[in-house]
Amino acid sequence: MIIMDKAQIIEKVNEFLMEEFEADAADIVADADMHEALDLDSLDYVDLVVLIDENFGFKTTSEDFQTITTFDDFYNFIASKVG
Amino acid sequence: MNRVVITGKGVYSCLGKNVVEVTEALKAGRSGIIYDPIRKEMGFRSALVGNVEIPDLKKEVGRKDRKAMPEQAMYAFVSTKEALTNAGMSQDFIDQNEVGILFGNDSTAGAVIEGVDLLRAKKDTTLIGSGNIFQSMNSTVTMNLSTIFRLKGVNFTISAACASGSHSIGMGYLLIKMGLQKQVICGGAQEINPYAFGSFDGIGTFSTQEDEPSKASKPFDKNRDGLVPSGGGATVILESLESAQARGANILAEIVGYGFSSNGEHISNPTKDGQVRALKMALEMGGVKPSEVDYVNAHATSTPVGDGFEAQAIHQVFGDNGPLVSSTKSMTGHECWMAGSSELVYCLLMMENGFVAPNINFNEPDEHSVKLNIPNKAVDKELNTIVSNSFGFGGTNSTLIIRKFAQ
Repeated sequence: MIIMDKAQIIEKVNEFLMEEFEADAADIVADADMHEALDLDSLDYVDLVVLIDENFGFKTTSEDFQTITTFDDFYNFIASKVG
Repeated sequence: MNRVVITGKGVYSCLGKNVVEVTEALKAGRSGIIYDPIRKEMGFRSALVGNVEIPDLKKEVGRKDRKAMPEQAMYAFVSTKEALTNAGMSQDFIDQNEVGILFGNDSTAGAVIEGVDLLRAKKDTTLIGSGNIFQSMNSTVTMNLSTIFRLKGVNFTISAACASGSHSIGMGYLLIKMGLQKQVICGGAQEINPYAFGSFDGIGTFSTQEDEPSKASKPFDKNRDGLVPSGGGATVILESLESAQARGANILAEIVGYGFSSNGEHISNPTKDGQVRALKMALEMGGVKPSEVDYVNAHATSTPVGDGFEAQAIHQVFGDNGPLVSSTKSMTGHECWMAGSSELVYCLLMMENGFVAPNINFNEPDEHSVKLNIPNKAVDKELNTIVSNSFGFGGTNSTLIIRKFAQ
């Protein structure tokens, strides 16, 4: 498990969303709806699980994303595991 | 019964990334074969392979589509896009019609092994990622292209070893001929990563004449010692004559015959009789006399056993003083699942440009090939009727015949 502060988490998450999900930096706004901004479908959640494992070293499931709406929710979810 | 015509062609192979580059290579007799040191390190008997670069589709295909595409689907995307453009078939037309797709493909070894390696390392199926399942199914090419091009007609993959790409065109031809489809995108695709060819190399099928890669593939030559694997994608657009004329499309050729057969004997060794039956069936279907055939694009892969049987079969059907015969595999290597489609595209290029591509490296005939008319340099010649042979493991045989279109 990697220990990170929230700024580091935000930087890393935004980096892989732009690289792997080809998201525009302008669309990644903390209180924006992440699902809508990235046009996520059920397969994308599988890939988010892979990216979390690769970047933060912990295992999660696609069901965990049911409680996540905004990008900030996503950062906080990761912070709760590695912060 | 409908007449069936070809209105588009596209190819991505070790000879070039489009029909223009490939035409130049075919005319010049240029080989696309290289030595790949990685294969040697992996334990291959032969490190020879076709030089095919994986295309960068980032600007053309969205992320969600791309992650489901293994290399052979990428090659097929490029060749299909070129073929659709060549046919003048727009996305608007495709959206308003039931355009189908049939592709030949018979492996997804690279994706399967990548997925299994991840599972073994991570011990968690989710961590394989979402794209691998779509990359590792045998129908990966048709499932990807039908989604990307929003196709609404027939949609499946044909697996018939090294005749897959030929049978896919033959089946598309039959569906249109019978009135079940009006337009079908047909083709073949072949992965080229080492995993796809390791076990094939292991049975001693590949040429080990590694010192001069461009001279290793020598179909019909007395000193041939095996094939050289290659890959890529090739596509033709088939249409009913009525559809092509209604669209005002440029007709490249008409398909007049498709013959098929099974040897019913050995799993890897071919037979003359099965090949003769496929040839005769295609000629009979097209009402084509052997003497009317200007050129035979042979299957000949450069294996000692296979080429001998094909030379005998061609001689039995066409007799002495038969048509020009060449194997473009002398330049491309064996494009396996894709070969039947890519070679039909090569035939279309020869028909369009008035030449027969050479059977390079054919320097000394054997007892069977001496009876055929095999040029080792390009020959300028008007081609009206062309036969294309494709054969595969399990004794599957396919022969296609195309003719210059005439009202």
